[in-house]
This record gives sequence, structure tokens and C-alpha cells, in this order.
Amino acid sequence: MPAFLTHAEYWLATLLFLWGVYGVLASNHLLRKLMAMNIMQVGVIVFFIALAAKSGATAPVIVDVDQSIQASGYVNPLPHALMLTAIVVSVSTTGVALALLIRIQRRYGTLQETTLLERLKR
Amino acid sequence: MSSVMDQLLDQRPLIAVTISLVAAIIMPLFSRHPNWREGCTLLAATLKLFVVASMLSAVLAGETPSSASILLPQGLSLHLRADPLGLVFALTAATLWVMTSLYSIGYMRAKDAPRQTGYYAAFALCLSATTGLAFAGNLLTFFVFYEVLTLSTYPLVVHTRTAEARSAGRRYLVYTIGGGQLLLAAIVWTQVVAPGSEFVPGGFLAGRTSDVAMAVGFAAFMIGLGVKAALMPLHGWLPAAMAAPTPVSALLHAVAVVKAGVFGVVRVTGFVFGVDVLRAINADVVLAVAASVTIVVASIRALGERNLKRRLAYSTIGQLSYIVLGSALGTVAALTGAIFHIAAHAFMKITLFFCAGAIHVQVQRDNVDELDGLGKQMPVTLGAFMIGASALAGIPLLAGFVGKWQIGVGAVEAGYPVFVVVLVVSGLFNIAYFFPIISDAFLKSSPVVGTDARPIITAPLVFSAGIAIMLGLFPDAGFHFYSLARLAASTIVMGPNGGGLP
Amino acid sequence: MTPHLAVLVVVTPLACSLVIPLLGIFSRRAGQTLALLAHVLTLVLALATLVRVLAEGSWNYHLGGWMPPWGIEYVVDPLSAGMAVLISGMALLTMVYAVGCLDKRNGRHPGLSEALFLLLTAGLLGIVMTGDMFNLYVFLEISSIAAYALLTSEEGPSLVATFRYLLVGTIAASLYLLGTGYLYALTGTLNMADLGVRLSETGDSMAVVAGVSLVVIGLAVKAAVFPLHGWLPDTYTYAPLAVVGFIGAVMTKVSAYALFRILFFVLDAQAVSGAVVTWLGWLAVVAIVAGSWMALAQTDVRRMLAYSSVGQMGFIVIGFSLGNVPAMVGGLFHLLNHAVMKGCLFMVAGGVRWRTGATTVKAYAGMGRRLPLSMAAFLVAALSMIGLPPTAGFFSKWYLLVGAFEARAWVVLAAVILSSALSAIYFFRIIEKAFFHASDEINPASERTELPGVMLGPVVILALVVLLLGILNEPIVTHFVMHALPPNV
Repeated sequence: MPAFLTHAEYWLATLLFLWGVYGVLASNHLLRKLMAMNIMQVGVIVFFIALAAKSGATAPVIVDVDQSIQASGYVNPLPHALMLTAIVVSVSTTGVALALLIRIQRRYGTLQETTLLERLKR
Repeated sequence: MSSVMDQLLDQRPLIAVTISLVAAIIMPLFSRHPNWREGCTLLAATLKLFVVASMLSAVLAGETPSSASILLPQGLSLHLRADPLGLVFALTAATLWVMTSLYSIGYMRAKDAPRQTGYYAAFALCLSATTGLAFAGNLLTFFVFYEVLTLSTYPLVVHTRTAEARSAGRRYLVYTIGGGQLLLAAIVWTQVVAPGSEFVPGGFLAGRTSDVAMAVGFAAFMIGLGVKAALMPLHGWLPAAMAAPTPVSALLHAVAVVKAGVFGVVRVTGFVFGVDVLRAINADVVLAVAASVTIVVASIRALGERNLKRRLAYSTIGQLSYIVLGSALGTVAALTGAIFHIAAHAFMKITLFFCAGAIHVQVQRDNVDELDGLGKQMPVTLGAFMIGASALAGIPLLAGFVGKWQIGVGAVEAGYPVFVVVLVVSGLFNIAYFFPIISDAFLKSSPVVGTDARPIITAPLVFSAGIAIMLGLFPDAGFHFYSLARLAASTIVMGPNGGGLP
Repeated sequence: MTPHLAVLVVVTPLACSLVIPLLGIFSRRAGQTLALLAHVLTLVLALATLVRVLAEGSWNYHLGGWMPPWGIEYVVDPLSAGMAVLISGMALLTMVYAVGCLDKRNGRHPGLSEALFLLLTAGLLGIVMTGDMFNLYVFLEISSIAAYALLTSEEGPSLVATFRYLLVGTIAASLYLLGTGYLYALTGTLNMADLGVRLSETGDSMAVVAGVSLVVIGLAVKAAVFPLHGWLPDTYTYAPLAVVGFIGAVMTKVSAYALFRILFFVLDAQAVSGAVVTWLGWLAVVAIVAGSWMALAQTDVRRMLAYSSVGQMGFIVIGFSLGNVPAMVGGLFHLLNHAVMKGCLFMVAGGVRWRTGATTVKAYAGMGRRLPLSMAAFLVAALSMIGLPPTAGFFSKWYLLVGAFEARAWVVLAAVILSSALSAIYFFRIIEKAFFHASDEINPASERTELPGVMLGPVVILALVVLLLGILNEPIVTHFVMHALPPNV
């Protein structure tokens, strides 16, 4: 049990990722697929943030330049920076996807995948 | 100045190949001027013959004019080189192109055939490829031209665009590209086993790898080449390809495609593997048996064909395997006979095809039972047919006898007299499927009226029949085919330095 | 100046892509002209990089002066420079081609398509140049997002196909990111070279296997390695005319390049990468046969080309996985060749559809008469795909076969031969219809409707390049491809 708790954040990341992938595969509604994709991406983000965490550490902002810096006192900033980028990527992708969905909705009148496939065949 | 001349002379194999390539490329410019276009073909054909023939004396003296190689990575190269075997094939091809071009002009214009520019351009490209593979100095070069040959003959097969022609074309492609891929695999194997090797008389694979690998490699080569060489059961494309116009069938069956196949067989058995290697793995017997089966079965099938051109196709299948048999037996006599037959059969068969085409043009008859009495109406044509047929049957004093006799001698020398029986039996079959045509034509009376075709159609077939006679009486006349064949055969059996005119 | 070439190649299209929409508001022409100039400039820069690399050797560029392994590093070696030339060359040709056919009213603001295309080019160039794992992810996503936007057109099926591609592509990129995260957690570095060094010290563990697998699977999806190719047929079939030649030809190649980089330059002689490479090899064999088989079953020409691409990617991956010099040379050469061949084929297929509406093999009857030059280029590219000499495709297959023989990989040999035979069938079907059709199949009154010059030019250039790559393959292989091989082969 304790081992599980210390790695809870990784379990969360895994859960989110798998849930998201499952959602993408299993949802019938395209918008739900998109939301599931977002959840999956959040899972990856949580994974990276979890990597950065250190027990008893604080935010990586150096206040007093003169004092000697102990790395173990600060959370690893690199994964945070990476994830800021990843979040931007996620948002951009979602934006493009939403635009696509609007177009699909206008063109076919539905976002239900099964109905859509039928209409496509015609 | 002389060094430039010397350099130019050294490039003769390459020049011979490029002449018809250039002709093929510029021919579309003349599509609206048929006479210029035909003139282009004839000029290219004559020039090519001239260039190829000019190398005759050098090759007979033992030299091998060779063109500069295009080097490729890993020791490969594209290399053209004129040696006796290659020259036999190239001379045959070049001579027959001149004759076929004249014949085509007459035939295609008489039929007012469409798309003639494409026809002549494809022909020129085809001859380029044939010359290229005749002069190929190594397997890769051979393969490149072999595949170009496939591609350039396809438009000719489907020329009439009928459903039958297109189906024949598809069949042709399936067979030849399939065979080509297997040949490629075999060539790659050779490259891995013996990197960067060129054709060497007597072979270069001796001792390089295990017997099993040799056998598998040889089988792959024979199947790959056997498609074009119409070795049974890979012959299926040939009778179907008779849907092409007659000059195309004449070229495909006398010169280009099928001879490329058997030429390849001789090259691979003599210049890649070598006679000793094949004897050691008993491949010689297997190949000889396969060839014999083809000879006999094809002859029997020929009897069953009503369509004249299809009967000629099966006759070709059988005759080609004489060459395969000769190269399998591997003695000097057998090889001489085989190589000589490459040229002799070409002239004999093309005579017959020219006659078939002339008959088609003049009286619109295509089947062997419709030719009664034609001998009185078209005496020159049927007379040439009689000469060609007799020569193919192996009647002495005609061209076919020379090759068959030598192969028979070779069979006895190699210790397999049974193959002489095969030769005799096939000769009898030849008589059986040709002579009724001749006797019907000359002895029965004719329901149709016709005359011999115009000179431009009749002259080539008379000429080739004449050559069939001449080569029978004087095998070494003209282009010294016999000497070349003998020279090539002796180098194969005795190695590069063992050659020499007797 | 010259060391900065590495980043200039990437930054130029990026910067121009931002400027063009602004220019486009004033004049569409100005936007297009700037886009063309940007592509020309990028190509020139890429060529200059290649020349410098071949003359002076590889160099590393530190972005912003930050030292690796903390700073982002761009690695310029013959392989990346060559890929840069390929990408920018194909992009330029596609831009020229697109000028001819971009619909004036396809619902976008003027200049936006050109800007997106430049963004796509910048993304792909970034993938090729970078030496940092996360930087690769960023550029991967940049190019992907630009591609998603470009792949939509007025037609319905393209919207749905693009949306699916978006989902699959994002999952793939996320897998890659996750894998990178694993590797970062294990080694603390994102720099590719440093990663390689540190991983060899870490040795094998489940985490390494997991991280590498995730990275490889993510890239394999983008590279359409069988069986992760499912997104490809629909996407390529419905791709708009202007970009199909580029996206169809280049994007998968860049992902294949990334796979190659990571497996052979970063992971090097790791045990796990050896296992991955073997797996990929077997999948590639299946891809080769399955791709050709599926292509045979198609009636739509573009879908046939798409499945053919799946098979061809198999060739490239097999070349990498066989492990000996000829096979790798064959794989890399085929990467180059296939981009050019497929680009030409897609451009012709798209152009034919644009001019005549023909999409099925049956409808190609008589096409040789209506678009003679385009179909001639198609013929050359098709012969190269089948692997007939003297085209480039023959030589890359030759090297692959030699490599297969040397490695005693008989299954590979059989697969390559079978695939060539199958390709012959499905390409000759079209060629027969186009040039050797029966007289009753076409309307004799249909006249020549050849593609306009701007579209025809790139098509013909690509066909000529196919021939040139074949005829000149000796200098290309000896002076370029051999230098692009990984050091341990």
C-alpha cells in the first residue's frame, strides 16, 4: 500500500492516459473522442510533472542570488518548461480539431461516428 | 587524329547500341512524314549493321572491342564488349532488322495499319536492347538490357489493341517480368558470391560456393531465362503473342526476345558457371532432359495447331531448345552447333514468318488447311516457305542441318547418344507438320486467286531463304557465323586462352 | 555565418510563414511570390549546408549559445543535410505545382495556405536538423498541425479522414513524448548524443525497454509502418491536390528518418534496440507483401498509390533492419528515391483528377492521349516503383537484394521479388489502360487537356530526377549515402 501511495501520481498519469486512449477508440461521438484525446495528453503532462517533483522542494524561482543554491531544494524546472510547450501543442491541436469538427458538422449534420460513416458511404 | 579514331573504334559496341536508340527517340518527329520515318529506320538499320560488321575481323582475330564501363558502387559496372558469341547474335539481329524493316514497310502499308510511328520507334528501341544484351560484358548489363527488351516489345505485342492482343500482352508481361525478377535474384546471388565479376569463357563461379547453392542458383537462372527462351513449361506467352502483327512475330520469334533468352542460357552456362561446374552438379543432364522434353512436346503440339503462325510458334519453341540442348551438352561440337543455330534458325524461321505474313496480306488466309493450291498462285512465296521448312527439318545442304549435326556429334562426344534420337525424332516431326502444307500448296488446286506480294515484301523472304541455302552449303560464308561459333565454343570449353580457329 | 546555416534552414520558412498572411491581406500575388522565394531560399540554404558538410565534415550547432546537454543542439551531418535538401526541394516543387491549382475560394484567407505549407516545411526541417529529443517532438507537432490544416479541403471525406489522422497522429506523438519522458527520467538528459552515452551506462531495464518501445511505436505510427499504417490510405486518398504530392511523399519519410536516427545513432549498440530492429524487420516484410497485395485490390488510383506507399516503407525499414552496409545503403537510397517517385505519381494522379475527374483505373483509359507528358512522367515513375532498370528504383532494390543475400535473409528476398511482381501488375494495369487502351474504350473526341505549365514542370522535373538518380547512382551513393551511414555498421 505505501508503495502505491508514493507513486500515486504515476498511477494517475497512467490512468488518464489509458482512459484517454480508450475514449478515443471507443467513443461514438467525435467531440467525445477529441475530449478523450485531451485527457490522454493531460496524462502525459501529469507524468512529466510528477517526474519533476521532489519531496520538500519549492518552486524553482531563485529569490536571493547570493545564497548558494541547493538543487534538491527546488523542483526540477525542465519538465515544467517542456510541459508548457506540450500544453500549447495540445491547445493548438484541439483548436484545429474543433475547427474540423465544425466543418464536419456543417457538411454532414452529425458528429456521431456511426451516422457519419453511413453518410460518407453515400 | 588517329588516337581519336582509335578511341572511336573502341566504342563500337556502344555506338551500335545507341544508333537505334537515337532512331527511336527522333522517330516521333517524323510521324507526319512516313517516308522520312521509314528512311530513318532503314538508315539506322544499315548503319548499325555496318558498325557491328566492322568488328568482325577484330573479333575473329581474338580481340574483344569493348566500350568504356560506367562504374557503379561495390565493384559493379555497366560494360559492353564484343566477343564471338555476342557478335553472332548482334550480326543476326542487325541483318534481320534491315530485312524486317523493309518487310514491315510493305506489310504495314498494305494493311494501312494505325500507329506506325510507335511501331517503328518501339522496333528501334527493341533492337537497341538486343544489341546491348548481345554485347553485355557482365550480368548486370545483360539484365538491364533484358528488361528494356521486355518493356520495348510490350507495345509491339499489343499493337493491334484488340482484346486478344491486350490479353496476350498481359500474359507476356506476367511471364517476362516474373522471369525477370527471378533472374534478378540469381544475378544478385552471383554478385554476392563473386563480386564484380564479368563474363569469362569457361565460367567464373568454379569453387566459389557449395554444390547445393550452385544448383539452386543455376535453377533460378534457367527459370528466369527460360521464360524468354520458351523452355517448357514457361513457354505459355509465345503462342498467345502471335496476336501481334506478323513482322513483330517474325522479330520476336526469330531474333529478339526468344534468342535473347537462349543467348542468355548460353552465356550463363558457358560464361558464368562453366561446363565443368555444371557437370559436377549434374545440371547438364537435367537441362538437356528439359530441353529434350521441350523439343518433343513442342513438335507434337505443333501438329495440333491449325493457325499457321501458332504452328510456327511451337516450331520455334522446339528449335530453341536445340540451342539449350547444345549448351547443356557442353562439348566444342555441341556448343558450335548451338551457337551456329542461333543465327541459322533466325534466318530460317523469319523466312517462314515472312511467308505467313505475305499470304495473309495477299489472300487473307491464316490457317494451314486453307492453303491448298497456293503454290501455283504465289510460287515465290511458297517456294521460299518450302526452303525454310526443309532447312528447319534438318535436310542436309540447308542451314538447319549444320547445327543439328554438330549438336548430335556433341551428344555422342559427351557420352549421351540418346539425344541424337531426340534430334532425329524432332526432325521427323518437323517434316510431319510442314510438309503437308507444302504438298497441299503445290499439288492441290486452289479455290482462291492471288499473286506473290509486292517486291518489298517478297524480296526479304527470298533473301532469307537464300541465306538458309547459303549457310547450309557454306556455313562460314558472309559473316563467318561458323567461325565465330567455333571460336566461342572452344573458348567456353577450353578457357579464354584455349580458343583459336582450327 | 556558415555555422548558423543549420538553424537558418529551419528559421527561414518559419519566419516567412508568419509574414505571409499579413502580406496576403494586401495582395494574394505578393503572398505567393514571397512563399516561392522563401522556398527557393530554403533550398539554397539546404544545398549550402550539404555542400559544407560533404566538404568539411559534420558540425553541431548550439542554439542560442547554450552548451549541450542543457542547451538544444542541432546536428548537421550528411544524412540530415541530405534530408534537408530533399524536403526543401520537394517543397519548392510542390509550391510551384500548387500555384497552378490552388482554388481561389477554398475558404481560407489569402496567403494562409502558403503560410501553412511553409510551416509544414519548417517543421519537417526541424525534425531533420535537431539533436534534441523534445525539440523533435515540438517540430513533429508543428509539422503535424500544419498538415492537418492543409489536408482539409471542401470535400467531406477529407474532413473526416483528416480528423482521424489528427487523433491517430496526436496519440502517436503523445506516445513519443511519453517515451522521451521515460528516457529522461532514466538519464536526466534530452540531448540525443548524451542520451546515447548515458543509456549505455544505465544498461537494460524494463524502463529502458518501455521508453524505447514508446518512442519507436510513436514514430512508427507516423511513418506508417505496418500494422500501424491504418490512417494512411484514407488520408492520402482524400488529400487536396496541392499538397498530396508533398505530404504523401515526404512526411512518412521524415518520420522514418527520425526512427533511423534514434535506433542507430542514439541507441546505437544497445541490446534493446537490436530487438526492436529485428521486430521492425519482420513487420516490414509483412508490410512489403501486404502493401502490394492491398494495392492490387484497389480501384481508386490514389488509394492504390497509398497502399503501395505502405509497402515501400517496408522496403526502407527492411534496409535499416538487415544491418549490413548494402542493405542500409539500399534503405537510405530508397528513402530518397521513393520520396521523388511517389511525389511524381501523386502529383500526376491529382492532376489527372483535377483535369478530367478520373479517379479509378478504368477511367484512366486513353489518358496517355489526353495528358501525354504527365502520363509519360507517370510511366517513368511507375517503372521505377516496379524496379526496372535503369531507373532509380532498380538500384535501391538491387542494394536491398544484395544486403538480403549477404544476411541470408531469404524471406526478405522472396518478399522483395513478390512485391516487385505485384507492383508490375497494378502499375501496368494503369499503363495499359492509359496508353494501350482498346479503341472502343474512349471517346475519340476527347482532346488533349494537358496540365498547365506550372503543374507540369514539377512533374517532369521529378520524373527526370528519378532517371538521374538511377543513372547517377554511383556518385550519389559513394559520396553521399555511404557517409550517411551510422558509425557502427
